[in-house]
Amino acid sequence: MPRRLDRIALSKPFVFAACLLPLAWIAWLAVQGGLGPDPVARLEHETGLWALRLLLATLAATPLRRLTGWHGLIRYRRMLGLFAFFYASVHLVIYLVIDLGGFWSQILAEIAKRPFITVGFLAWLLMIPLAATSTRAMMRRLGRHWQQLHRLVYPLAVLAVLHFLWQVKYGETIAVREPVIYAAVLAVLLAARVPGWLRQTGVRGSGAQQQ
Amino acid sequence: MRRPPPPIPGSEITPEAVWLRRREIVKALALAGPALIAGCGRAGDSAAADATGTADLPGRPLTIAQRGAYATDETQTRLHDATHYNNYYEFGTGKDDPAKRSGRFKPEPWSVDIAGHAEVTGRVTLEDLLKPHPLQERIYRMRCVEAWSMVIPWVGIPLGDVLKRFRPTAQAKYVAFTTVERPAEMPGLSYPVLRWPYREGLRIDEAMHPLTLLVVGLYGRTLPNQNGAPLRLVVPWKYGFKGIKSIVRIDFTESEPTTSWNLSAGDEYGFYANVNPDVSHPRWSQATERRIAGDGFNLLGNRVATLPFNGYAEHVASLYAGMDLRAHY
Repeated sequence: MPRRLDRIALSKPFVFAACLLPLAWIAWLAVQGGLGPDPVARLEHETGLWALRLLLATLAATPLRRLTGWHGLIRYRRMLGLFAFFYASVHLVIYLVIDLGGFWSQILAEIAKRPFITVGFLAWLLMIPLAATSTRAMMRRLGRHWQQLHRLVYPLAVLAVLHFLWQVKYGETIAVREPVIYAAVLAVLLAARVPGWLRQTGVRGSGAQQQ
Repeated sequence: MRRPPPPIPGSEITPEAVWLRRREIVKALALAGPALIAGCGRAGDSAAADATGTADLPGRPLTIAQRGAYATDETQTRLHDATHYNNYYEFGTGKDDPAKRSGRFKPEPWSVDIAGHAEVTGRVTLEDLLKPHPLQERIYRMRCVEAWSMVIPWVGIPLGDVLKRFRPTAQAKYVAFTTVERPAEMPGLSYPVLRWPYREGLRIDEAMHPLTLLVVGLYGRTLPNQNGAPLRLVVPWKYGFKGIKSIVRIDFTESEPTTSWNLSAGDEYGFYANVNPDVSHPRWSQATERRIAGDGFNLLGNRVATLPFNGYAEHVASLYAGMDLRAHY
């Protein structure tokens, strides 16, 4: 059966390439020695920032679809989510291998004792089952549990933003608005879902009354 | 009869700025060679290119009378990194803000108010403050509380030598310092990040310790604005924030002075702030540090162990004998 030309399917390779651009840019800076006086800190900052941006983009798909009525948006969501996981993994590897390089005995203590690292690591851990169950086959196999599982994205996004907020030195949040802006965007994206959740529970509630 | 030698034509005289950086220039040319051949450069090359120029050298050259005291032979931080990666919140909280946003700051003329428990008090011009003291170069490690560090050749005089001239009395148990507060020249002051003006302090014996340096320059030249021109403190065994910049007031006090970071977040930043790998910052470990030194291309292996008192324990540990350094962090 001949399929209608699918614009979204055709655009996906371009979106894929676009998602790799930040990595290419960061790598180029590293090769050029353009990462500044503290290159490792810059690598961590950039990769972490892109992980968070893509995570928020993933979360924006549903509210934006409702807002614009463009249902195709949802078909990019998996790719954005997987790229968020990819950048978060690169971020973690840079921290473990390059930053802590030579001081690996410190790793467990760091993860356990530093609240901002604990929280960041937890956010990354929570992404693993989501990435692992992102295939169509896994969706079918898990059925309605799939959606329940993928609600993990909300707490993990909160953890990711906390990770960003907590690593900032005291006082900086007043002048450096970046982490605060990300927290605000997440708050808006979560708030946009509240009416839907209320409606869902409301429908179930009234349904029970009718029986 | 001998004739006087002909005058040297001006074209053969090396400009002072080039002469001062002759070693860097030779090194830069040596570095640039292979890169030119290979046809691929990196940021180090642009720094090398700067070395051959004369325009962007910060400050004026200083005459240094003595070198080598307490020196370390560890790889030094590049001048560019030491002057473009700074915490000086009066110019903004970003590491590059001080270099970018301190251009309007005027470090001349300068004077310092001496106050409190001393026989001699009052306003002193910077020239009078410095005049009796020959300048020394001190190559110190600088450990930031944020767990990065540098190795910087400072130029200054031992603070104690200066303080003694004002004859502090027996009541002078502490020395308090204040940074200048000029909103028109310091854009960061518009944000209530800290309670301005910036304040720091030392116990009198810490202030009199020969390691404690009143600094007027780095890398043989006067301090650039972003590094605390024209007069700052460097206390190498303490976290960097103790090194108050652009000092306008020195106060001999009887009680422990309030300090800016302690005021803002007392649980994170103590009065003593001695570098201590065993006492973590509540949010991160202080056991190790990222060393910013050398050509800036060492992505791997720039983490080093943090030493008690930043490696100056043999000189200063006795100041804290009997003190619980976990309680007095």
